[in-house]
Amino acid sequence: MPTTQVQTPPSRAKISVKDLNFYYGKFHALKSINLEIPENKVTAFIGPSGCGKSTLLRTFNRMFELYPEQRAEGAIELDGENLLTSKQDVALIRAKVGMVFQKPTPFPMSIYDNIAFGVKLFENLSASEMDDRVEWALKKAALWTEVRDKLQQSGSGLSGGQQQRLCIARGIAIKPEVLLLDEPCSALDPISTAKIEELIAELKNEYTVVIVTHNMQQAARCSDYTAYMYLGDLIEFGATEQMFFKPKRKETEDYITGRFG
Amino acid sequence: MSTTAQRLLAKQQLAEVRAARYAGRKRVNKVALTLSLAAMAFGVFWLIWILWETLRLGLGGLAISTFTEMTPPPNEAGGILNAIFGSLVMVLIATFVGTPIGIMAGIYLAEYNPKGWLSQVTRFVNDILLSAPSIVIGLFVYAVVVAQMKSFSGIAGSIALALIVIPVVIRTTENMLQLIPPGLREAAYALGTPKWKVILSITLRAARAGVVTGVLLAVARISGETAPLLFTALNNQFWTADVTQPMASLPVTIFKFAMSPYENWQHLAWAGVFLITVAVLALNILARVLTRAKH
Repeated sequence: MPTTQVQTPPSRAKISVKDLNFYYGKFHALKSINLEIPENKVTAFIGPSGCGKSTLLRTFNRMFELYPEQRAEGAIELDGENLLTSKQDVALIRAKVGMVFQKPTPFPMSIYDNIAFGVKLFENLSASEMDDRVEWALKKAALWTEVRDKLQQSGSGLSGGQQQRLCIARGIAIKPEVLLLDEPCSALDPISTAKIEELIAELKNEYTVVIVTHNMQQAARCSDYTAYMYLGDLIEFGATEQMFFKPKRKETEDYITGRFG
Repeated sequence: MSTTAQRLLAKQQLAEVRAARYAGRKRVNKVALTLSLAAMAFGVFWLIWILWETLRLGLGGLAISTFTEMTPPPNEAGGILNAIFGSLVMVLIATFVGTPIGIMAGIYLAEYNPKGWLSQVTRFVNDILLSAPSIVIGLFVYAVVVAQMKSFSGIAGSIALALIVIPVVIRTTENMLQLIPPGLREAAYALGTPKWKVILSITLRAARAGVVTGVLLAVARISGETAPLLFTALNNQFWTADVTQPMASLPVTIFKFAMSPYENWQHLAWAGVFLITVAVLALNILARVLTRAKH
């Protein structure tokens, strides 16, 4: 097994993963991962299917806890606090670490309520404050001009790309610090994908973004840092430019250039 | 023979084999289609006949007095108001008692403990209850409620009907909740939503058309049940709104009147059959409209 190579990025680490092991029942899915996710940057996880990149992402908001046979060992520190042993309610962690999934998941309610739903969980806003928040989130997600006249219509009536931006708006609306994107464009057409990539570039000014992607060009286009994973190991992590032009490890080079085998 | 000629011959042979096999499949297809159409026609034939007879005889027996007067003695004029009212009361009580229990149990099975031993046992017992003959449920309520209260009563009939509603609602609620994609649940949890709110606001809401359909089908089922009422609510010739007294119902009245030799009773029985059929048909149509409206 290759030894993990970690490069400390220049900006402050928002999330520090320390010696993280993850198990699906008996299956050892993540092996001693050490990684620092820099603040206000976009970090991409790449690697072939089954390498553990989504698994790693889903530990950052303790999503895996929904399934009793899954467990994580080690530490994931968000601003120095270990999320895995935190006494904080998991809901409060998830308010800080938002997530957008592969398939768009609009809730069975109006566009407006899709956004307001999450906000109401954590804040007590007046009707006009809520209107402002919904508008703010939809503008941030570059969806406002398309839905401003149909806020009371069902969210599932939107196109796939619009639904995905609605989900991003929903995540942003509760003002998280970190945004996890699990292959957010894999179900979308190229135009919607381009819109979401632009959005990601916008979002990193205020949020720490972590994106899992199968699309190497996407990682190259919109991330500042890239982690290459293979069979549960973190093979290489570094600045995206360096990863794509001068990877340190042969395995990374083979995968990125398509000579993977 | 040259290779070109061989290739042409092989090509021709392949084409012949293909044509023969295709013709065979077409024949099988025709036979299957004929059989399915015949089966459908057979079923529809009886259904239409039933509906036709119900309409013909039921409409003939309908009059204003059907809805305004009580069940009469033999060979006297009257209506079935007390039976209609009794049926409504018992079906409503059974639905209001059975629906929340069924929905909550369904939620437990689908959301809280899908694989635990308690759920496995509940599911198994529920399946037995679902297919239990309704006369067994009637006798059970007779032994447990009627024999203890020492009186037949509307409430005993309602309990028997509720016992039929519960397993149907449990099953449909669980199935409908299971159809909700896990991604929707995860998305709700990812926002920090507490579990009870995920279930109430997201999954149950997404499944509501299906859950309501299950309740409507259960109502349709119990509005025609006779056996569970025979030993529980019994019957009552007179008007009563007191659920501790024996209570008339449409199915039991139909049963009694249709078997009688008196012509006016037989007419009223057909009128009752007509009313139940229309009500069940309406509930089924409503259930269909609701499921379709989901999209």
